Amino acid sequence: MLPIDVIAVLGKFGGYAVFVLIGIGFGVSLELAGFGDSRRLAAQFYLKDMTVLKTMFTAIIVAAILIFLSAAIGILDFSQISVTQTFLWPGIVGGLIMGVGFIVGGYCPGTSLVSVASLKIDGLFFLIGTVLGAGFFGESLPAFEDFWNSSFTERYLLSDWLGWSIGATLFAVTLMALVMFYGAEKTEEFFRTKGKDLSWSWKITKRSYVYGAAALVVSASLVWFIGQPDPVRKWSLMENKYSGQLASRDVFIHPLEYVKTYNDASIKLVTLDLRSDSEFKTFHLSGSENTKPEDILVPKFIAPLVQLPAQGVVVLIADNDSVSTLAWKYLKVQGVSNVYILENGLHDWNTLFGGKTVSGKTFNLDSPPAEVLQLFPKDAFTPKIKISTKKRSGGLCS
Amino acid sequence: MKNFIKNKPKPFKNPYFAGAILGVVLFSAYALTHSGLGASGAISRIHVALAKLISQSHVDVIGTFALMGAGETNPLDHASVFLLIGTFAGGMISAWYNGRLKLEIFKGPQISNLQRLIFALLGGIIMGYGARFARGCTSGQALSGGAVLSLGSWAFMFSVFIGGYAVAYFVRRLWAEPYRS
Repeated sequence: MLPIDVIAVLGKFGGYAVFVLIGIGFGVSLELAGFGDSRRLAAQFYLKDMTVLKTMFTAIIVAAILIFLSAAIGILDFSQISVTQTFLWPGIVGGLIMGVGFIVGGYCPGTSLVSVASLKIDGLFFLIGTVLGAGFFGESLPAFEDFWNSSFTERYLLSDWLGWSIGATLFAVTLMALVMFYGAEKTEEFFRTKGKDLSWSWKITKRSYVYGAAALVVSASLVWFIGQPDPVRKWSLMENKYSGQLASRDVFIHPLEYVKTYNDASIKLVTLDLRSDSEFKTFHLSGSENTKPEDILVPKFIAPLVQLPAQGVVVLIADNDSVSTLAWKYLKVQGVSNVYILENGLHDWNTLFGGKTVSGKTFNLDSPPAEVLQLFPKDAFTPKIKISTKKRSGGLCS
Repeated sequence: MKNFIKNKPKPFKNPYFAGAILGVVLFSAYALTHSGLGASGAISRIHVALAKLISQSHVDVIGTFALMGAGETNPLDHASVFLLIGTFAGGMISAWYNGRLKLEIFKGPQISNLQRLIFALLGGIIMGYGARFARGCTSGQALSGGAVLSLGSWAFMFSVFIGGYAVAYFVRRLWAEPYRS
């Protein structure tokens, strides 16, 4: 199932080779579109040549349809795709600055690279400028670091913001792009320098434009119609990938490890107590949330868990393994990393910690302090929690 | 090869066709590497590598530099750098194949070569600064983030266009009568 992690599969050098190949595809398509020519890029802002808009939005729509169609039919796990983190306001301010740099210099970083590759000297000066600019930014950052780190959300999609399904959002975005293309064609007709006819190496007839647009609309509606897989369907697709961890009981942690994690300030611990209301009221661990097992299937409930920082750990507590493992499966396929199950629920809790004292004092059973660990032999439990350091967010640009 | 000898550039591809190819490349990037395309990350890695040659201690104290090149860390040992190498190679291959591999300066007809180069450098500095500010360039943020429907990327994308259109009028002399080839 996609995505593949080429560096993990092929090793570092094989992986890097794949990156070079993808880069070649990237460079070729930018060059083919004419993005190595600053005059063509700048013309976008004088409404004479809308190539930038047309190429960019076509690429976005085509890639989005491929991604979400693959996810819908179950060959790609979207939860494993890295989505650029959202820093809304710094992104907007940075974007405005870049717009100015774009029109003054005539390129953006990727296109200047292609321009240099085709031996354009203005592209080279621009590229040198971007290296210097990156330097100036690092030097000046301390002055506004708080703002730069503000309005942050880990993984926030257009569809979350609109409250629509991904399919509906994709459909709307596709329609919007087609309307923009139509507008771009009309604008070009109006503003184009007289006597200058834009010629393409592939003359495409009006009819093929309509066919192309229809193909995009049909694929987008197909994505909408099939829908993104729900956790139940996803588990049936991805069972092979995760069931080994359950069988080897690698995800079941000892209560002592829970106490250790609970007292570790560097870990953001979320404890979900899946037992009944009444059991929860009788006794529960401090900081744990009473959760109905069916909530695990509710996207709204899952969203904050998916957005946990890299050092976030989710621990499940239930009366029996079948409840906790089911919840574990569904959390896992929805892209929550670092999910563990408290071995045997709270059944061993009292026997382990009841009547124990730390420095002569008793402690609250619902929140044993770290010192409790010293009352047990060092090998009383095998540590299982491994914080996955894999950065799921932040693309190659950050 | 024939075209290269004749030195007559082929016309560019239809923008929608080029966009569709780019979209497929972007999809393969996601499918094979979890993440999309980008260039500015690698560019700042090159900057940090250069800065390291001058002063390691300086790199160590500046937060965003240290992330890439503190101490023994080699800032260039990163997938994004290889993507950049590929992008460069791809641009060159395509330019050569289409007879566009030619040493020249692209500029509007009303300004001198020197003026163009100064403005290219200035624009580059502004762009490089903004790209770090926005945590990504047009390709990384707008294109890659846009394709996975990231809200921030869409907001970013529109602000790039707004920034460009807002200033375009004032710098029109740079580009007036663009592309009369």
